[in-house]
Amino acid sequence: MKLAVLVNEGPYTHQASDSAYQFTKAALEKGHEIFRVFFYHDGVNNGTRFTVPPQDDRNLQVLWSELAAKYNLDLTVCIAAAQRRGILDEGEMKRHGKDGNNIAPGFRISGLGQLIEAGIKSERLVTFGD
Amino acid sequence: MSTLHTVNKSPFDRSTMASCLAHLKAGDAVLIIEDGVVGARKGTAFAATVTAAIGNAEVFVLGPDLAARGMGEDDLVDGVKIVDYDGFVDLVTKHDRTQAWL
Repeated sequence: MKLAVLVNEGPYTHQASDSAYQFTKAALEKGHEIFRVFFYHDGVNNGTRFTVPPQDDRNLQVLWSELAAKYNLDLTVCIAAAQRRGILDEGEMKRHGKDGNNIAPGFRISGLGQLIEAGIKSERLVTFGD
Repeated sequence: MSTLHTVNKSPFDRSTMASCLAHLKAGDAVLIIEDGVVGARKGTAFAATVTAAIGNAEVFVLGPDLAARGMGEDDLVDGVKIVDYDGFVDLVTKHDRTQAWL
């Protein structure tokens, strides 16, 4: 079945990002298609490659990036939420005259339309948040 | 048309679980995850609300989240069932839509 996932909460806050990751992984391993994982609100903080959690802790950003590489996942970060929280790709870095960018491998920055499209084109939309 | 409802907060913290259980239709299912799992514990002030909901719909808890909080099958209100993440995915596909009570 074609599923989409919405993540509204950042990593290491409560548990929503962990739950979303575990659900997405389980769905893929069962052979379902994940049309898109959309990161909104504080959820965009899953998509920075500058996180450095302790080595004996799970690194959610790396886990998402690895899952994206393995299954060719579309990890989309909401642009307005990302800009507020300092999540930039190279294009946004240049557009806003910033001195660096931090988008993690496998993530891309796009608009809220991608969430609407995910809701329309998927058979189920599963939301994780706080 | 049936709905899978997910609830992730304790009923002693938020009113989402009480609202959810009050809005169930016959054939719906509730999956309690994260800190919500304490709401399925027997012997609490909320247990009767969960028992009343089970007559109308199925109530599940996510096993790994239950275990992470030091609880198991014997701690649950009678009739509450345990699923793992595989079971979570199956519940999503079995029901026509998913509603997260955030």
